[in-house]
Amino acid sequence: MFGRELSTFFYRRSVFYLLLLLLPPLLWLGTVYLGSLFALLLQSFYAIDEFTATVVPKLTLATYHQLFSHPANVDIILRTLGMAIAVTLASAVIAFPLASYMARYASPRMKAFLYVGVMLPMWTSYLVKVYAWRLILAKQGILSWILTTIGLDPLLEAALTTPVIGGPSLASSYLGMFIVFVYMWLPFMILPLAAALERVPQSMVQASADLGARPWQTFHTVILPLALPGLAAGSIFTFSLTLGDYIIPNVVGAPGYFIGMMVYQQQGTAGNIPLAAAFSVVPIVLIAIYLTLARRLGAFDAL
Amino acid sequence: MPAAIEFQQVSRRFGSVRAVDGVNLSIAAGEFFALLGPSGSGKTTCLRLIAGFEQPSSGHVLLDGADVTGVPPYERNVNTVFQDYALFPHMTVAENVAYGLRVRRVPAGEQRKRAHEMLALVQLEGLGERSPLQLSGGQKQRVALARALINHPAVLLLDEPLGALDLKLREAMQIELKNLQRKLKITFVYVTHDQGEALSMADRVAVFDRGRIEQLDTPRGLYMRPRTAFVARFVGGANVIEGDLARRLTGAPRPFAIRAEMMSLDGSAAPSGDGQVGCEATVIDVQYHGASSRWQVCTDDGTVLAVVRAESGSAAGTYAIGGKVRVAWPAVQMVPLEETPAA
Repeated sequence: MFGRELSTFFYRRSVFYLLLLLLPPLLWLGTVYLGSLFALLLQSFYAIDEFTATVVPKLTLATYHQLFSHPANVDIILRTLGMAIAVTLASAVIAFPLASYMARYASPRMKAFLYVGVMLPMWTSYLVKVYAWRLILAKQGILSWILTTIGLDPLLEAALTTPVIGGPSLASSYLGMFIVFVYMWLPFMILPLAAALERVPQSMVQASADLGARPWQTFHTVILPLALPGLAAGSIFTFSLTLGDYIIPNVVGAPGYFIGMMVYQQQGTAGNIPLAAAFSVVPIVLIAIYLTLARRLGAFDAL
Repeated sequence: MPAAIEFQQVSRRFGSVRAVDGVNLSIAAGEFFALLGPSGSGKTTCLRLIAGFEQPSSGHVLLDGADVTGVPPYERNVNTVFQDYALFPHMTVAENVAYGLRVRRVPAGEQRKRAHEMLALVQLEGLGERSPLQLSGGQKQRVALARALINHPAVLLLDEPLGALDLKLREAMQIELKNLQRKLKITFVYVTHDQGEALSMADRVAVFDRGRIEQLDTPRGLYMRPRTAFVARFVGGANVIEGDLARRLTGAPRPFAIRAEMMSLDGSAAPSGDGQVGCEATVIDVQYHGASSRWQVCTDDGTVLAVVRAESGSAAGTYAIGGKVRVAWPAVQMVPLEETPAA
């Protein structure tokens, strides 16, 4: 009896029906996500009392001052940013030929096989993959063994003696870290890119060739601009995931700190939540800047 | 002077399917040539063979006397208007039209000038700065046309360009395209499944069925003298009488075609007049088309015949569905057809 009145009410006022459906995700978005994000932001405007080691709930810019005035902290930010940019560029370059082949040239069977192949690593635990890579990249690991066997170990030596990115072994150098980052985030770049490339109609590519454009011209005047949203989406993944990661720098890589590691350490052993929060705000700001730049360059125009 | 386009025993196979099967044709320069046929008959594949998007499995395609096997589309002097227009959404209308010049590295000033000339030619001046996404179907069509003509190709290929337009617009565009072709004197190769379009626009038409050309003739020739039952039915919507009925009416078992507007209906069972051939039938349907009506009658051996009669405006001469009538036609209007090979 009451049920019928209720359903009639929702049928008549469809706005309430919509609100009812949206309530759970809105609650989640509002309290769990936005709420915690806001709490974090608030924390970054507090400061820690040197003597009592407790958080003083008074709005201040002291924490941000501490963040940017220590050269070590700025180093950390720049290092993370540099790695994120390098990983994004490398992923884009590697993903493009593969995504292009998958979207436009592969037979249906080959396409299905490749899609499964690209997604298969994501079925494995993240930690297992990272530790596996540490073993692969180690001094006595498989990679150096292969290179020695085929006589390319001078190449490895040269790579490891390069300043900044080199190190005692691949597993403890920025180069090794870079390799692992690219491996981890590559599916996130390939899939949106393949989806965007698939949406470029074949007739448009043919029209371009028909009008006299050679394959390279067709690529950079027709295909690339239309694939740009996919590239932008993939790059947002690789960029933001690298900025915030704290496991890979811990397991594989040089002693230098990354933002994620700093956040973990500051909120843990150091107990300096405001500083951890301030460090967390940096990637948010960086990504906001990145998105604005991408939009300004027209990455989202073709959407 | 070599033919603008020539096909020599061209076949295109996809696995075991013969999309194009031993096609020979020759298209003269400056001709408006139509490829007509139902879906899957091979006409679009032939167009793509001319453009260079497909290569023949056997045989030769010649453009202006030269064999173009292996020559990619960007090296052929042929341009295409696609069925879905294929306009580039990330460029303005003017940039789309100028694309053919841009890839040939023509200076920007000249690109702009010629693009505006082409837009004026297709009556779209002033729309140069719009995005293709903001245009109507007819406007997109004209942009595609302007874009394909900017390089002054020797041959323009049109792949069912008017399919997405409504009737009035389609008819207007047909006239415009014909005038454009006359003015520019470019060879047009026009693919369509609409026989009305092919008949009204083309100088010559090739009728395709299952990868082969059934008949290649002028529109008048196709309509008045179809060679096979397929052409008779597809092009003119003519009646095809074969088998026992043909033998009964003409004494010979050879099939013949008789156009629906040549037939007359008579309610009486009186014997036919001089030179008339006829038989009895039952009315099964009538469709009113304003200026005329199309009647469907069924003979006693099951053949359905169509009769088109001009509407006189009065109600005289109408027959009820299920009523018995006599259909008759002048014997001289009967067109003998080739025997259809056993399927």
